[in-house]
Order: sequence, then structure tokens, then C-alpha cells
Amino acid sequence: MTYHRIAALVIRHLYLYRRSLPRMMEIVYWPFLDLVVWGFITVYLATFQGQMPAVVTFLLGALILWDVLFRSQQGIAISFLEEIWARNLMNLFASPLTPSEFLAATMVMSLFKVTAVSIVMSVCAWLFYGYNVFMIGLWLMPFIVNLVLTGWIIGVLTTSLIMRFGQEAEVLAWSMVFLFQPISCVFYPMAVLPAWLKGVAWINPAAHVFEGMRGLLTSHAAPVASLGLATGLNLLYLGAVIIWFHHTFNVCKDRGSLVRVGE
Amino acid sequence: MSSAVVEVRNLTKRFGEFTAVDGISFDIRRGEILGLLGPNGAGKTTTFQMMLGLVTPTSGSIHMFGLDLQTHRGAILQQVNFSSTYISMPYSLTVEENLTVIGRLYGLSDIASRIDDMVKKLEMEEWRHKLTRKLSSGQMTRLTLAKALLTEPKVLFLDEPTASLDPDIAHKIRAILLEERRASGLSILYTSHNMREMETMSDRIIFLQRGKIVAEGTAQDIVARFGQADLEEVFLKLAREQ
Ligand SMILES: Nc1ncnc2c1ncn2[C@@H]1O[C@H](COP(=O)(O)OP(=O)(O)OP(=O)(O)O)[C@@H](O)[C@H]1O
Repeated sequence: MTYHRIAALVIRHLYLYRRSLPRMMEIVYWPFLDLVVWGFITVYLATFQGQMPAVVTFLLGALILWDVLFRSQQGIAISFLEEIWARNLMNLFASPLTPSEFLAATMVMSLFKVTAVSIVMSVCAWLFYGYNVFMIGLWLMPFIVNLVLTGWIIGVLTTSLIMRFGQEAEVLAWSMVFLFQPISCVFYPMAVLPAWLKGVAWINPAAHVFEGMRGLLTSHAAPVASLGLATGLNLLYLGAVIIWFHHTFNVCKDRGSLVRVGE
Repeated sequence: MSSAVVEVRNLTKRFGEFTAVDGISFDIRRGEILGLLGPNGAGKTTTFQMMLGLVTPTSGSIHMFGLDLQTHRGAILQQVNFSSTYISMPYSLTVEENLTVIGRLYGLSDIASRIDDMVKKLEMEEWRHKLTRKLSSGQMTRLTLAKALLTEPKVLFLDEPTASLDPDIAHKIRAILLEERRASGLSILYTSHNMREMETMSDRIIFLQRGKIVAEGTAQDIVARFGQADLEEVFLKLAREQ
């Protein structure tokens, strides 16, 4: 891994974001709208405070954390799509840049996006609804780290599929993550799922993060077990998808399709 | 001219049952301009892409600077660059930003002054701050050439580098390439469908047909061997024999 090559790619993306309104909207406008809608739902539900005391405390938090996962995934997949749209893959991969450095750069981009979106959402939640996401306390950090990792897993998986199957698979960059949403138990506990789906949710690291968050907010239980499980699963899957990305990269080089992706 | 900086041996690429490049071998010496000629589909692009590490050969080997491309990809590609009329650079960046990114990607020192030099050399001053999306196709070709020369490569792959340029700029570009070769010993592998350009630029020519080398030598050698008036006649004769 060479730092200057990773930095070069990051700078290339920052140049891009600096003057692109649609790309800035992705960071400010959509997360803001999401928050406004869910904020009002929370305000409405708060009127039933007696029946559902916990709902209010975790709905907005859950939304902000879900966005962490979503933007983390997008940071990876969209960065790759940007190179396809710019027909830039040949310039990149005919240089000394390695696939690992390429992935590392998309991960840095993903961190930028997550940071920007989290700041926008946390500030808005606090300003408009008096909601303080930091009431989760220090546990917020490991929650976020784990969701970023899950986002990377889905992002690298999507990127590999787009590289392998080309333009038809581009839509996965936006849709793939939503396949994971029902089994991430973002807004409801795992217990409400039917038994077979519970099994599927159990092997999804994000589900353990959201379970941990709810446990912490409702019964002040330290989410050690949930976080342990989430971290273990995340590291296992991340290793697997990175190996798969490299394998796909080599398959594409063999088929001569690497520089034709998107054509 | 001295020893070979590029050595290609028995290079073959099969896509399934189809053989795009079929056991070709050639050398490029330091400071040599080697022309790669052939009809559409002859295997020129596939050869280029294998030499840039973008396509994995089915068999055979590529060595540059005495190193095997398969095991020393990074070290080799650091000293190699390419340009083509058919490639692009990110549209949403300005010309200068694109060159800056390339400079950083190759870890160059003194990027700003190198860009200044290149912009001057290729007469790009007027549009160096323009968005790449707004360039004409000839300006885009010059930008991709600038990005290739910026990294001061020892070997340059050029795929029809003058195809979209007006005669004046094309002439200047040829002069710049010849000057680079003279000043730094740059070796160039070159494709063009402009036979006159091939004749004037290339020290040697390889004629590729259906993935095989069917003729090799100086332009005069080849013309003489096939008993034709010029390279264009040879091209037509060989291409029509397919
Ligand atoms: N990825 C691929 N999969 C299958 N066949 C391919 C692939 N890439 C190239 N080919 C085939 O290999 C042959 C050589 O193609 P190549 O692009 O190398 O030719 P070329 O000499 O560069 O032609 P042109 O002058 O038209 O650019 C063609 O028949 C082409 O269809």
C-alpha cells in the first residue's frame, strides 16, 4: 500500500464533490429530508408516550445510525461507479495503483461521507427535535465503527458485482443495501421476525448493532455481547469480500473486461 | 540505440476459443519507435492492454527493463505510460486538476512546475483551467498525451495519438515525441492508421494480422519485400488477403 496513490484518488473525488450540486445533495439534502420526515413521526408517536416510552428515544437514533451504514456503502460503490462513468478505470489500473489501494481510497471516501452525513443529521436532530444522539454515550463509537464496516462489506460486494456484470448491475449500488434493511432490524427488535428470518438476521452484523442500541437505550444494558458478535461477523465478512473483490478483478483481467466495464 | 527495454516472447491471448493474439515476439530498444500496424481486429489493442497489465496473457511473457510484468507490475508501470485517442479523463475535473491527480498517482515531485512545462509544450495554456467536459476531441487527445508525458515514462504506448488532431497540431505532436525520444531515450510503441505517419515516425514496423506477426522490418524493408509502391499498398494487399 502506498499512501500517495491512495491520496491521489481521494483528491480526485474531492475535486469532483467540490463543484457538483447533486453530489453535495447526497450529503446534505437527502439525509436532511429523511431526518425531517422521521422527526415528525417521532414527534407524533411521542404523544402516545405512556404506551411507547422507548420509541421516541431510539427512532431518530436508529435512523441516523442506518444512514451511517447506507452512506458507508455508498462511499465505496459510488466511488467505483464514478470511475466507470468517467471512463477512468484504464488510466487508474494501467498506473502502479493496486486493487487494494483502490479499495482503500474508496474506504477513505466512505469515511468522509459518513462523517459529513452524521454531522448534518446529528445537528439537525438536535436543532429541530432537541434529540441528542450522544445520549447513547461512548458506546456510539463502536456502534458507528461496526456499521461503517457493514457498509464497506455491502459496498465491496456491490462493487465486485458491478465489475463482473457491468452496467446492468449498476442499480445495485443503490438497491443492494435495502435488501439488508429488513434483516438489520433497524426500527424493530429481532424478536418480531418470523423464526426463519431471525436466523438470517442473526448472521447480519448490523442487526446486532441495532439490537445493542435498543437494549442500551431501553434497559441500559451494556451491549458487549451484541458488539462482540457484530465485530466478529464484520471482520469475517470483510475479509471474505475483499478476497472476492481481488478474485473478480483477476477474472475481469483474464476476460479482458476490466477496462470495458460500463461500455 | 542499445539493448532492449521491452521483450515480448510468444505472447498469446485467447478469449474462450478465439485467439486474439497468437504467439507474437518482439523487442523494443531504448529510444526506438516501433510501429504496430494491422487491420481492425488484428489484436493491436489486446497487445497494448496486455503490456499495460490490464489483460492477463494466456501464455508467453512480457519483460520491461529486465523485469517480468507478471511479478513486477508496480515497478514497471511506474516507468510506463500510454495515450490514446479513444480514452478519456474525468469530465468533471479541470485539465489542471486531472494532471495534478495523475502527478500524485505516480508520486511525482514538483508536480506544479511539471504541469506548467507540459501545458506550455503542448500549447494548452488557454484551456488549462477549463473543465475537461468542455474540451474538443483534439484538445482531449492532447490532454491524454500530456498525462502520458507528465510522468516522464521510459516506455510510451500510443494508440492512434494523432487521429483527431488538425495537421498543424499533429505535426507539432510528432515533433515533440521525436524530441522526447532524442532527449530522454524514450521508447515508443505506436499504432496509427495513417501510413505516412507510420513511415516517417517508426524506426521499425510490425505488421499484425489475425493476432500473428506477418511482416517485420523498417518501412522500406517491408515495402521492398512485398514489391509495393508504399506502406499503404502493403497494408491493402495484406488486409485483403485475410
Ligand atoms: N474482451 C474480449 N472478449 C472477447 N473477444 C475480444 C475481447 N477483446 C478483443 N476481442 C477480440 O479480439 C480481436 C482483436 O481485437 P483488438 O481490439 O485487439 O483489435 P485491434 O487490432 O486493436 O482492432 P482496431 O484496429 O479495430 O482497434 C477482435 O476480434 C476482438 O473482437
